[in-house]
Amino acid sequence: MLLTEIDFFLQTSAPADRLHWYERRCQPVGADLDREVILYRVNLFLLSLLGLGTIALIAQQPSTPLQDKPAPIPEMPFGSSYPTRAPADPVAVQHGRQIFSANCSFCHGSDARGGEGGPNLIRSQTVLDDKDGELITTVVQNGRPDKGMPKFDLTAAQVATIAAFLHSIPVGGRAQSTGTVDPLVGDPKAGQAYFNGPGKCSSCHSISGDLAGIGAKYTDIRALQNAILSGERRGELVEVGKKTVTVTLPTGQVVEGKLYQIDDFLVSLIDANGDYHSYPRHGAVPKVVVNDPLQPHLDMLQTLKDDDIHNLTAYLVTLK
Amino acid sequence: MKQTLFLLPALLLGTVAFAQGLDPVLLTKPATDAWPTYSGDYSGRRFSPLTQINQTNIKDLSLAWVSHLTPGPGAPPSPFFRNGPGNPRTIVGGEIDEPVPVRGAGHISGAVLQVNGILYISEPDNAWAVDARDGTILWHYFWKTKGGTHIGNRGMGMYKDWVYFETPDDYLVSLDAKTGKERWHKVISDFNQQYFSTIAPIVIGNHLLVGTADDLDAPGFLQSFDPETGELQWKWYSEPEKMGDPGSETWPNLDAMRHGGAGTWVPGSYDPDLHLYYFGTANPTPAFSGATREGDDLYTSSIVALNVDTGKLAWAFQPSPHDTHDWDAAQTPVIVDGTFAGKPRKLLLDASRNGYFFVLDRTTGEHLLTVPFADTLNWSTGLDKLGRPIRNPNKDASPGGVLVSPPSDGIVNWQPPTYDPQTGLFYVAMEEPYSEYYRTEPNVRALQGLNGVQEQRVGNKGKYIIAIDYKTGKIVWRHLQPSAGEGAENTGLTTTAGKLLFGGDASGNLVAYDPANGNPLWHTHLGRVSNAVETYMLDGRQYILAASGDSLFAFALNF
Repeated sequence: MLLTEIDFFLQTSAPADRLHWYERRCQPVGADLDREVILYRVNLFLLSLLGLGTIALIAQQPSTPLQDKPAPIPEMPFGSSYPTRAPADPVAVQHGRQIFSANCSFCHGSDARGGEGGPNLIRSQTVLDDKDGELITTVVQNGRPDKGMPKFDLTAAQVATIAAFLHSIPVGGRAQSTGTVDPLVGDPKAGQAYFNGPGKCSSCHSISGDLAGIGAKYTDIRALQNAILSGERRGELVEVGKKTVTVTLPTGQVVEGKLYQIDDFLVSLIDANGDYHSYPRHGAVPKVVVNDPLQPHLDMLQTLKDDDIHNLTAYLVTLK
Repeated sequence: MKQTLFLLPALLLGTVAFAQGLDPVLLTKPATDAWPTYSGDYSGRRFSPLTQINQTNIKDLSLAWVSHLTPGPGAPPSPFFRNGPGNPRTIVGGEIDEPVPVRGAGHISGAVLQVNGILYISEPDNAWAVDARDGTILWHYFWKTKGGTHIGNRGMGMYKDWVYFETPDDYLVSLDAKTGKERWHKVISDFNQQYFSTIAPIVIGNHLLVGTADDLDAPGFLQSFDPETGELQWKWYSEPEKMGDPGSETWPNLDAMRHGGAGTWVPGSYDPDLHLYYFGTANPTPAFSGATREGDDLYTSSIVALNVDTGKLAWAFQPSPHDTHDWDAAQTPVIVDGTFAGKPRKLLLDASRNGYFFVLDRTTGEHLLTVPFADTLNWSTGLDKLGRPIRNPNKDASPGGVLVSPPSDGIVNWQPPTYDPQTGLFYVAMEEPYSEYYRTEPNVRALQGLNGVQEQRVGNKGKYIIAIDYKTGKIVWRHLQPSAGEGAENTGLTTTAGKLLFGGDASGNLVAYDPANGNPLWHTHLGRVSNAVETYMLDGRQYILAASGDSLFAFALNF
């Protein structure tokens, strides 16, 4: 569950979220913040499962008289927040779009992102600083002769609708993508050949065994591909992970279990009974051997070709 | 000779009426009694000549004090300290009534200044003065934020009796070092264009160097202010200001060039003899596609040398030409005078986020050496005649994904390296991760800033502290930092003449290593080490100062 949840988080998060997640991720396992993040991620995942049902439930709640209280200031998501503009009158936006299309799009592009001669207006300082057309009107009515922009005979009210249109376009260096891109670009036949041939996947995995139905397990192609590459490793940040360790004490006693933590000074593990053990390390004493079953996945990253990755994904996605 | 040198600042300070002020002489010497600027001194070496704590007595290093610094509009008085001084009342500044709430706890991830026995510490929107002898808080200043990206604050700058810090909503705030009262604040960049400001201001002479950053394509710049009045002295843009200017040939048009990003968010180093300030600029924007910015995109992801009086560019070197992976080149450049290929040279050493180590002549910018310092790099097809890695365009984010090392976080990030003149080695903490980069935005025209791409780490070959011989680029030793998972962030490093290399490890230990071989000599588990260690003498005692989240830990020898 945790594996999928983190994949989900990373697949659906905005870059800002991931950036912050990176800073958070920097917490060592067990630190307070990390637990907070784990809880947050679990909550995020549960919320995603509840999805629209939850929203529908909330929507059905009867409104209370307390609703005339000012709304609380929304908490800054993941440490990054810039003011958003209140939604404008859709009629004004549509009107502005038409005026823009007729007068401005020839130079600035029909999407206002720049064209022949005219700059991208979405990220223009004038447009970003403008509130309701007051700055844009000055430019439109006077032109920018030094930059080859003519005057336009438009009223302030008309320019205000252009401003409403421009301000309705989402602006954010950390915003979500607006469109969809198909990540499935590989050839399943070539993927199958690679799986059974040079990729040596079949030496550890079986499509009727551990990988049976893997194409149905992941609804997101990118999550599937990331799982192929990492060997579903992601969970190791928030759980004990897949590494095991054998500790041989000076007495000759051997203790084995799931690796919990290791550094130059301490090794700890959870044994088959669920008991936690930790041992100080002094150089080579005790003898510590860590086994990472996913080491072949790490090693293959150094030689894997992008085409092989895409083909493997295209093959495994067919294993419903 | 050495002793006289150390006594000089103390004698000068004796004649200064205000004991808390910063004597500018301190800024030009290796840090001993003070830590008056981001790297301790201007060289970026983070090497301390102090020897009281050394290999023979490091085992006796123990905790001197801890201080917890709680950000926000002011913590209620603690019921546990009714008889003590308690925490002072918070001084509140800012231009709006209600600050935008910020998620997350306190986070010290930058330099702490130590001047005349007082520490000056910052977190986003917050600043403190603390007694360096026992951690008592003297004042706390809180800035009511309008928002912005609260990713960190890299520390404060100091000039005479005043300290300076930046806010995420793009103000430069000057406080009275004695009281924490605000002297003035001024806007340094346009919040509407989604700038955010994190860097530690650097004081050089009567220049206060102030950077800013942006993730919405707005151009980066470095400004120099008069530290007395806050008046602008000069402003250097990371990109040429008009077509025809040098560097503009590396951009397709003015609009792309003037929206090319390249923030200035990591403090640089300074050579007083050459009068040049060296720092690295951030990534070009849009970060993950070069479709609208064909060319090298100067001076993004570049190491630049500016004349500190005029702000004019002396030279530039670009570690990542036409960066399409958000790598920046924002590392601390390290100034070393040494021999290279048998000739004495004024050098600049830089371990870049893209995984390549560079040696440059810092007088001219001449390239001397480029070597990869990670085994996993897979994005370059070779070096060009200027010694720059050549980007493989097949490793740009694509709909089906591409496997690239390093991820956008880099082989290294902002955490500073160190150079030890006693070993002649350059030390840096690094890791060897991979990411899959997917382009998720179908319309390249809609790409802005960092958007339009999903990136996920899919593995990490390991985390290490490495020692590089700059004369050859050879890695002399590599100390694995084992961990059960991916472990903590890369650590900043500091070396001392006591033959010690301080840093954090992957599980949050503060460790003193042997700089000759990387063997650990002393450690304590803090849970996290969130800034690079600093060290100074106070009352004849050498202190080691480390931050862990919202807490400062000071260590000294048990006598």
